[in-house]
Amino acid sequence: MRPTVRFLDDALIGRIVDEARGLLEKLGVEVQDPGLLDVLGEHGARVERGTSRAFLPGALLDRALATAPRAFRLFDVLGDPTHDFTGSKVHFTPGSSALNVLDWPAQTVRRPVTADYAACAKVVQGLPHIAAQSTAFVPADVPDAIADAYRLYLSLMLGEKPVVTGAFTAEGFPLMHELLAIARGGTGDLRAKPLAVFSACPTSPFKWSRDTARNVVDCARAGVPVEFIAMPMAGFLSPVTLTGTVVQHTAETLSGIVLHQCAAPGAPFLYGGSPGVFDIRYETTPMGAIETMMIDAAYNEVGKSFGFPTQAYTALSDAKRLDAQAGLETGMGAALAVLAGINSVSGPGMMDFENCVSLEKLVVDHEICGMALRLGRGIEPREDFPALPRFEELLREEHLLISPHTRKYLKSEIAFPGPVIDRASRARWAEEGSGTLGDRAHAEVERLIGQWTPSRLADDLKGALTERMAAAAKAAGADALPPLP
Amino acid sequence: MDKLKRLSECVAAGDAESAAALAAEMLGSGADPQEVLDGGLIAGMNAVGGRFKAREIFLPDVLMASKAMQAALAVLQPRLAAGGGTPRGTVVLGTVRGDLHDIGKNLVGIMLRGAGYRVVDLGKDVPPERFVEAARAEGARVIGCSALLTTTMGVMRRVVELARAAGLPVKVIVGGAPVTADFASAIGADGYGYDAGHAVERVEALAGDR
Repeated sequence: MRPTVRFLDDALIGRIVDEARGLLEKLGVEVQDPGLLDVLGEHGARVERGTSRAFLPGALLDRALATAPRAFRLFDVLGDPTHDFTGSKVHFTPGSSALNVLDWPAQTVRRPVTADYAACAKVVQGLPHIAAQSTAFVPADVPDAIADAYRLYLSLMLGEKPVVTGAFTAEGFPLMHELLAIARGGTGDLRAKPLAVFSACPTSPFKWSRDTARNVVDCARAGVPVEFIAMPMAGFLSPVTLTGTVVQHTAETLSGIVLHQCAAPGAPFLYGGSPGVFDIRYETTPMGAIETMMIDAAYNEVGKSFGFPTQAYTALSDAKRLDAQAGLETGMGAALAVLAGINSVSGPGMMDFENCVSLEKLVVDHEICGMALRLGRGIEPREDFPALPRFEELLREEHLLISPHTRKYLKSEIAFPGPVIDRASRARWAEEGSGTLGDRAHAEVERLIGQWTPSRLADDLKGALTERMAAAAKAAGADALPPLP
Repeated sequence: MDKLKRLSECVAAGDAESAAALAAEMLGSGADPQEVLDGGLIAGMNAVGGRFKAREIFLPDVLMASKAMQAALAVLQPRLAAGGGTPRGTVVLGTVRGDLHDIGKNLVGIMLRGAGYRVVDLGKDVPPERFVEAARAEGARVIGCSALLTTTMGVMRRVVELARAAGLPVKVIVGGAPVTADFASAIGADGYGYDAGHAVERVEALAGDR
């Protein structure tokens, strides 16, 4: 039995979906792109030009739901499968698009540069429980106009895992798509073996900006998967009740699915989000709040009620340093995400309200992810019955340390975190320098960077990527790309 | 590949069957049993010890290697006895009087055997005098005392006193959950091991084997 957690019963999910459908039909969504309003109109939406609103009738929604795929896969830069977005399979991804990096020696935040991004890509490559790269932060040493594509370029050059990313503007997507196609060897191959997922974030309440709406449509037409990231904010830009916020999340996400499937029926997506509660005391949106995690798990249940693969921004923290709060919030989020069966979990490494990435936190979180994934495998009998022979063996041998049964199941039954999580005796810990969690995390970051080996992507493809990126940089006013670390 | 190297790799891999077969084959072709012991079995266990210390492998791996070593050693033993060869020396081991906890002590014994020592395990609830008597009778180089309770760890002091009074050339190493390096020092013990792997390192150091 896979352990699971439920916050909504079937009747409540049904009511939430019904209410969301009603909102889409009666209140509609704002789509700030006349051309895309036309697309929705052609498919049966009632369009109100003056307010840029599209009212989505149930029949249109049902057609979109009918064509929407219930599963898809991702493949790494070498073309090997890495992600199977079906059922309750969980894949962790670092948090994405932070503005800052936590500078470990200085213990302060600063704008990241290419060297930081490269370090992150190298660390991620060495973390087996982190299944994908993300364009984790925005390098400040290239022109803003190409910053989104430049992150993707660095990921494709330095790492092998698929990339969770996003375009900052509608104009940003073609270049990013081109880079992906170069790495994959063509647009057809890219469609057949997706290499990236693009985040598409509606603006609460019920609004699709021109850039995001265009990204949704462009991705759909190119066969590049998207993850819908609705971000209702309980008590501020959505109802304070968790149920009310899930209703809003459902409506906003379904509106994205309609737009997406109208553009390209059958195009792949993740039913995701990054909702939060609003902390009126600090005017912040804590991602580490337990209610935020509950909303995540709940909308995941709504998504799964349709049979869609799901995503959430969780397993992250609002802490400013790698402290107890960082571990607590990340651990709770990771455990709940696994129990909920959220298929793609974006968050490890992230802190400070999604504004900052710490590589040291990432390696701590990686071990948390390993434990959470173990949690998800649950408790199953593994040659445990009949019990008598095992216990006869125990009494005879006085231990089971090298029993064939132990050797067969040790590593699948017991997850051994480390080297960051401390399980040494005090004496051994003292002998090894009495290091803190942060000390061990920093050492592990340096170790992973030191042991990184270049991506096995073919050199001619790397050359083509660099040529294309350099041309884009030049067009954006930069003399040259920063040197690749 | 050199047969000694192959034998050491069989031991390190915990392949008892191959280790025993290869040891028999080497003896059959005239190899010196002491050389087989040192260059094959002990070398294999030393490699395992190094990897264990580096945390590349763990307790069960060491025990598997130990089992492989024992299987090969059983083949060598008759020839070693004839030639006077022995493992690395004897360690007398026990849980002190009043204490019935022997898991840690047993682990230390297993690891010591794996490292090539002859272990005389006195069991649990062992009076201080018994440690010293056994050390004298067995010609032990090291006495190892284990305790899990704060109420019994004091018995270790008596073991040290009796060993010193007996004038034996034996070192005393202590360990167990409540025991610390400071405590070991305070009672005059020669060494302290915080876990089984560490205990073997300390025994090797005390016995002059490293």
